[in-house]
Amino acid sequence: MNILVCLSAVPDTTTKITFTDNDTKFNTDGVQFIINPYDELALTKALEITEAKGGEVTVISVGEASIDPVIRKALAIGAHKAIRIDTAAKDGMHVAQSIKQAIEGQSFDLILTGRESIDYNGGQVAGLLSELMDMSLVNVVTSIEVEGDSVTAIRDIDGGRETVSASLPCVLSAQKELCEPRIPNMRGIMQARTKPLEVIAPAGDYTKTDYVGYELPPAKEGVKLIDAANAEELIDLLRSEKKLI
Amino acid sequence: MELDFESLKAQNNQVDDFTHPDFYEIDNLLTEEHKLIRYSVRSWVKKEISPIIDACCQEATFPQHIVPQLGDIGCFGPQIPSEYGGGGLDYISYGLAMQELERGDSGIRSTASVQGSLVMYPIFKFGSEEQKQKYLPKLASGEFLGSFGLTEPNHGSDPGSMESNFKDDGDHVILNGAKMWISNSPFCDIAVVWAKNEAGIVHGLIVERGMEGFTTPTTHKKWSLRASATGELVFDNVRVPKENILPNVKGLKGPLTCLNSARYGICWGAIGAAMDCYHTAVKYAKERTQFGKPIGGFQLQQKKLSEMLTEITKAQLLAWRVGTLMNDGKATPAQISMAKRNNVEIALHVARESRQILGGMGISGDYPIMRHMANLESVITYEGTHDIHLLILGMEITGENAFV
Ligand SMILES: Cc1cc2nc3c(=O)[nH]c(=O)nc-3n(C[C@H](O)[C@H](O)[C@H](O)COP(=O)(O)OP(=O)(O)OC[C@H]3O[C@@H](n4cnc5c(N)ncnc54)[C@H](O)[C@@H]3O)c2cc1C
Ligand SMILES: Cc1cc2nc3c(=O)[nH]c(=O)nc-3n(C[C@H](O)[C@H](O)[C@H](O)COP(=O)(O)OP(=O)(O)OC[C@H]3O[C@@H](n4cnc5c(N)ncnc54)[C@H](O)[C@@H]3O)c2cc1C
Repeated sequence: MNILVCLSAVPDTTTKITFTDNDTKFNTDGVQFIINPYDELALTKALEITEAKGGEVTVISVGEASIDPVIRKALAIGAHKAIRIDTAAKDGMHVAQSIKQAIEGQSFDLILTGRESIDYNGGQVAGLLSELMDMSLVNVVTSIEVEGDSVTAIRDIDGGRETVSASLPCVLSAQKELCEPRIPNMRGIMQARTKPLEVIAPAGDYTKTDYVGYELPPAKEGVKLIDAANAEELIDLLRSEKKLI
Repeated sequence: MELDFESLKAQNNQVDDFTHPDFYEIDNLLTEEHKLIRYSVRSWVKKEISPIIDACCQEATFPQHIVPQLGDIGCFGPQIPSEYGGGGLDYISYGLAMQELERGDSGIRSTASVQGSLVMYPIFKFGSEEQKQKYLPKLASGEFLGSFGLTEPNHGSDPGSMESNFKDDGDHVILNGAKMWISNSPFCDIAVVWAKNEAGIVHGLIVERGMEGFTTPTTHKKWSLRASATGELVFDNVRVPKENILPNVKGLKGPLTCLNSARYGICWGAIGAAMDCYHTAVKYAKERTQFGKPIGGFQLQQKKLSEMLTEITKAQLLAWRVGTLMNDGKATPAQISMAKRNNVEIALHVARESRQILGGMGISGDYPIMRHMANLESVITYEGTHDIHLLILGMEITGENAFV
């Protein structure tokens, strides 16, 4: 059972977001990058599966050398080897195409991704990759059971859950609750030093989009407390000041 | 008292939002691997320690279930080579791990310090190959818990006068005496005990639980390090096989070498406790309003916070520098004494000032400060009292011995 986990490096959730180049670029100065939390779940699940059934977990990430520490962390958590495609991950298509080209000729029984990256929240890579690989996709799953050459997954749907089975190989994207993420231990961190991290050149530029500009959401306004007895004042303000009613 | 750790964890799983201050960008002096180690230990502390630690201290309960977990994350002997189950990491990694553990609680750090520096280290450094193979992997994994017996009821700062002794008895020795104030003792599987032979020379012996005549009564009524178990080691004609004597050291140099390694860990650990107090105080000072504005807006509180950050930053630089000297094998006992003494002192000071910033809330178990403060009263006394480190430094400076 060989599993590929697609790993996106995202800014730590406490990062203060700023932009450069006339608000057309995210300013990565001083930003601490972490494994996209959904991808951490995908990785942990992949390890649980290979620990039970044998096989190897490979992590793959599209990005420049600055994300190597994030990949090392995945190796410290337990991935067996890693591939980095040495190009800035400019959009979902570029990521999916780059991954497809990089794994040409290798066979994986499962490809796991996160449901979305928590920075750009595209939620596209899993879908694009499954199409490019001609594999089926089960999106946003909270449980994965592999049995023989098929997989049964539970996925969140509006107001409920759905149980889906698919034949291997296929692409699955991880949702919260899939498993409990693992904290790397020092032995793992030591072993990660010598695990292979292969850096390969991108096969091409598949970018389909251009970034035109960014802006921050408007700053939150202060809260105005109105006494419960003064419901009229509230209605007044909603009407005259906020023009909501 | 029996504590329900799982329900404590479920109730309190979101309480800890700790981040460390890094005013002088000391993180830039660390490698990515160092930061990952710090992250790992911090994550473990947030998940396993923060939710339960107040209850453990209130009830004076040692959370024994964390021993294998400490082994699993690698906090037992990160500086011991990996062939014996250690982490094989450098001294900065070891220091950062101790910082994060003590950020959680000095008692948890003590458990790890004793295991790594006072039990595994002497066996690694002075033990036979058989002793290393037999004990180190089990200590590293947390299958075994160890303790270190040097202090006695009548001999603390002056261990050279110890009374514990052993006599030759064929392929065994007969050990007699008592050790006091011994961390981990009530739960330990083995103890590294320092005692004198018939010629009055100090040797290290590995005493195993179950040996006849060996008991480990618990010390009660502590107001400090309440989540760490402390007790005595009592030897009443204990027959210890000669193969349990550490072959490669004799004299006080043995225990003192171990203390160097543990003291080094404490100089980092204390920073962790100080950082936790500072983090708590800054947050509180911004949120608490009196006289119509946040108390952090008053100069008197700003003075406290500014001084705390200054002292923490200085302590970080001391610890980092001693760590790089340790890595090069160049750190002297006096250099380590300076860092241990200074960093524990500033931690205690930061704890006291933070406690005041929180006003009445400062004494509540809802915040970590009073617990850290009480803990640090032990930390400033064990591993060489605050005074003894001055004597070590004084002798280094003047060449004159002021101990006696
Ligand atoms: C240096 C740098 C600069 C960037 N600049 C911009 C920019 O200016 N504007 C912008 O919009 N985006 C930028 N990105 C982010 C890039 O757009 C995203 O990585 C890419 O678009 C995929 O993100 P997504 O939100 O569509 O992923 P999603 O489709 O939401 O991700 C789903 C899953 O796909 C996988 N995945 C996603 N990204 C990668 C990856 N890189 N490698 C491997 N697997 C992956 C993960 O498993 C992830 O959980 C930049 C990234 C980097 C590293
Ligand atoms: C919670 C806790 C855990 C401990 N764990 C361990 C352990 O695991 N193993 C272990 O072996 N020990 C342990 N200790 C013991 C600790 O190391 C001793 O308490 C310490 O060394 C001081 O010894 P003492 O208490 O006998 O004090 P004393 O040596 O009696 O000192 C009392 C006071 O006299 C001062 N003093 C002593 N000599 C001089 C001098 N020459 N000049 C000036 N002043 C002097 C001291 O500074 C101190 O203020 C622990 C202690 C505590 C509190």
